[in-house]
Amino acid sequence: MDRRESLKALLIGSVSSGVILSACETSTKDNAKSPKTQYYGRTPDEVLRDEMLQKDKFFTDAEMKTITVLVDIIIPKDETSGSATDAKVPEFIEFIVKDQPKNQLPMRGGLRWLDVQSQKQYGKIFTDLEADKRLAMVDQIAFPEKAAPEMSQGVSFFNLIRNLTATGFFTSQMGLKDLGYKGNTPNEWDGVPDDVLKQYNLAYDEKLLAVCLKKEDRTKIMTWED
Amino acid sequence: MAFEIKKQAKAYDVCIVGSGAGGGMAAKVLSDAGLKVALLEAGPKYDPADPQQQTQLKWPYESPRRGASTTRPFGDFDAAYGGWEIEGEPYTQKNGSKFDWFRSRMLGGRTNHWGRISLRFGPNDFKHYSIDGHGDDWPITYEEVKPWYDKVDKLIGVFGSKEGIYNEPDGHFLPPPKPRLHELMVKQAGEKLGIPVIPSRLSILTRSVNKDRGACFFCSQCSRGCSIHGDFSSSTVLVKPAMKSGNVDLYVGAMAREIVTDAAGKAVGVSYVDKEDMQEHQINARVIVLAASACESARLLLNSKSATHKNGLANSSGVVGKYLHDSTGASRGAFIPSLMDRKRYNEDGVGGLHMYIPWWLDNKKLDFARGYHLEFWGGMGMPAYGFGFGIEGLQAKDPNRGGQPVGGYGASLKNDYRRFYGSTVGFAGRGEAIARADNYCEIDPNVVDKFGIPVLRFNYKWSEHEIKQARHMHETFEELIHQMGGIPLGSKPGEESMYGLENPGRIIHEVGTTRMGDDPSRSVLNKYSQAHDAKNVFVVDGGSFVSQADKNPTWTILALSMRASSYIVDELKKQNL
Repeated sequence: MDRRESLKALLIGSVSSGVILSACETSTKDNAKSPKTQYYGRTPDEVLRDEMLQKDKFFTDAEMKTITVLVDIIIPKDETSGSATDAKVPEFIEFIVKDQPKNQLPMRGGLRWLDVQSQKQYGKIFTDLEADKRLAMVDQIAFPEKAAPEMSQGVSFFNLIRNLTATGFFTSQMGLKDLGYKGNTPNEWDGVPDDVLKQYNLAYDEKLLAVCLKKEDRTKIMTWED
Repeated sequence: MAFEIKKQAKAYDVCIVGSGAGGGMAAKVLSDAGLKVALLEAGPKYDPADPQQQTQLKWPYESPRRGASTTRPFGDFDAAYGGWEIEGEPYTQKNGSKFDWFRSRMLGGRTNHWGRISLRFGPNDFKHYSIDGHGDDWPITYEEVKPWYDKVDKLIGVFGSKEGIYNEPDGHFLPPPKPRLHELMVKQAGEKLGIPVIPSRLSILTRSVNKDRGACFFCSQCSRGCSIHGDFSSSTVLVKPAMKSGNVDLYVGAMAREIVTDAAGKAVGVSYVDKEDMQEHQINARVIVLAASACESARLLLNSKSATHKNGLANSSGVVGKYLHDSTGASRGAFIPSLMDRKRYNEDGVGGLHMYIPWWLDNKKLDFARGYHLEFWGGMGMPAYGFGFGIEGLQAKDPNRGGQPVGGYGASLKNDYRRFYGSTVGFAGRGEAIARADNYCEIDPNVVDKFGIPVLRFNYKWSEHEIKQARHMHETFEELIHQMGGIPLGSKPGEESMYGLENPGRIIHEVGTTRMGDDPSRSVLNKYSQAHDAKNVFVVDGGSFVSQADKNPTWTILALSMRASSYIVDELKKQNL
């Protein structure tokens, strides 16, 4: 199939052995996608596992409330994009600890550690603190090299929730847009843009250019002389 | 309870076990010649164009775990059903070995997710014993395999550049894609260090080779399987067209148990268990072709014991399972400060590296016997689970941070994730290990899998040659990183960790368990991949390798399977089988 046909087939979402007619025929069927087909190519076992995890609930409402406050401190709304909760990071964290149980104890224990510290220092659990006191608490555990030795467990917890927040945010639709990720779409790669080459003082040498793919050749079937 | 083995009434010319590179090629060549073929695959059907199975072009947020590797070892979108551990199908270890055995149970096997690196072995790679006195020579030469490599190039398609390097033979290439930014930086660093950095050789269609497969549209996701079949996987490129001939019956969910022999000891068929209904079946054929992967094919032979074959079929030499070897591997990441604050553009490219480093040194001047090639990655790829982890480690290495504390939260942290995006690169070495009789897999006398099939037990130790090679890889990584103005991440592994040398099996290039040779007392197969002891039994996976080069095995598996299959066609015509 040629490039135009390939792309057409792709947009439709299905192409069987390059026969474009069959792709067109199946398109009506595919448009009425079953929930399963929207389910990112899972095997039957994987579908079952995901469904079981989705039904479970790990964090208590109180724990979830603390997570929600913390993730928005870590990634707040700014002029480019929304906050971590806008990108549904708490829901992601709820799922991932069920998916990877090794995170359950460090998360649950870390949340408890934070409340105990808040109680000791300010007489209230973390979510009951005023905004400035919450930040004062976070300041003690958010900077690994500056933190007091007795805060080390809190530093570990904060590193973990920072990691999960960043991953949850930047893999969301909002986060990808914020990051300026341009890929995951059919295109014609034709090398590094000229201005970027210039910025790095680099160039494609003639020898390399001579052998590399020329955009206009992509649709032509390759033949060899020998 | 009666235990009935259902015998398939249809008599086949050939029964192939396994549908990966070797099995797919055999199915294609044999069915093209008009032979009736039964193709057994232990996993389910798979086609990356099937919307139920497709993961290509999915976004990370379509997975609730954002593509994490919880259920699939290389992440949610990777096209490998199976992994290092498969429920109900264990393997065991001996003498403290840590061999990791990767199995893909699906049509096309591991070719669905593989790295597409398609390197020919060179003249030296077939004759290493003659060069350094280690291991054995192959019974064949590069010149004998060359015509088959040529055919594979044209049938399947591989991009690359003609370089004229003696032990990295050129092929019939498609044009390579232009390098990405970090690849140009590695090339520049390599030029200063005298390390060759050349266009990579991947079986991805930068231009079409026929009307049935589309040209690559640069999503960089070959490991997810390609819905327009623009790269090589056995399922889409070999099995699918082979099925069209009408000469191939595909049996999926068919877990081979043993090769059945008659009273005279001649192989007559394959027995298997159907995973769906757990019924026992048997398929009879004139010729049996094993392509279940090096270790799985060895397991089948060893489990096929009879009065005439007390050590297992094709094992009068006792060599089946021995000489197991995987490529060596070590890797290191780096942060490149000049790649902070990058201009955004789509730099996905093809599903793999656009440039690589072939082995460039002379082992006679080094303290280890065999070479390695280098792969590298980087760029503004699609974020997935793990993105942003350990930002404090990167911040600490930023030369312009000016005393601002690392870690943190809030607007400045949010901005740091943007600034560091695309500023890290990684290097990995893939080297040749020496094949030795004392690295092997054998049948565990005490353990069976859930089908009642005795399982494999591994015995494997790296030698000084592999360990010193890993040390050298790490020295090369640091030279390149420093030359690029980069800062290595993590610490350089030392002697206590064998210089970061990965566990055997980890590179998923395990080969050698049914090696070929001219001497039946020291090898399992002859030079046509035909068992010395059983003329109608062939092994066309990596098992036949006498030595793995510092290359990736797939292109050689394909060439040798094509060669063996054409030999089968000829021998059947001559009525020799």
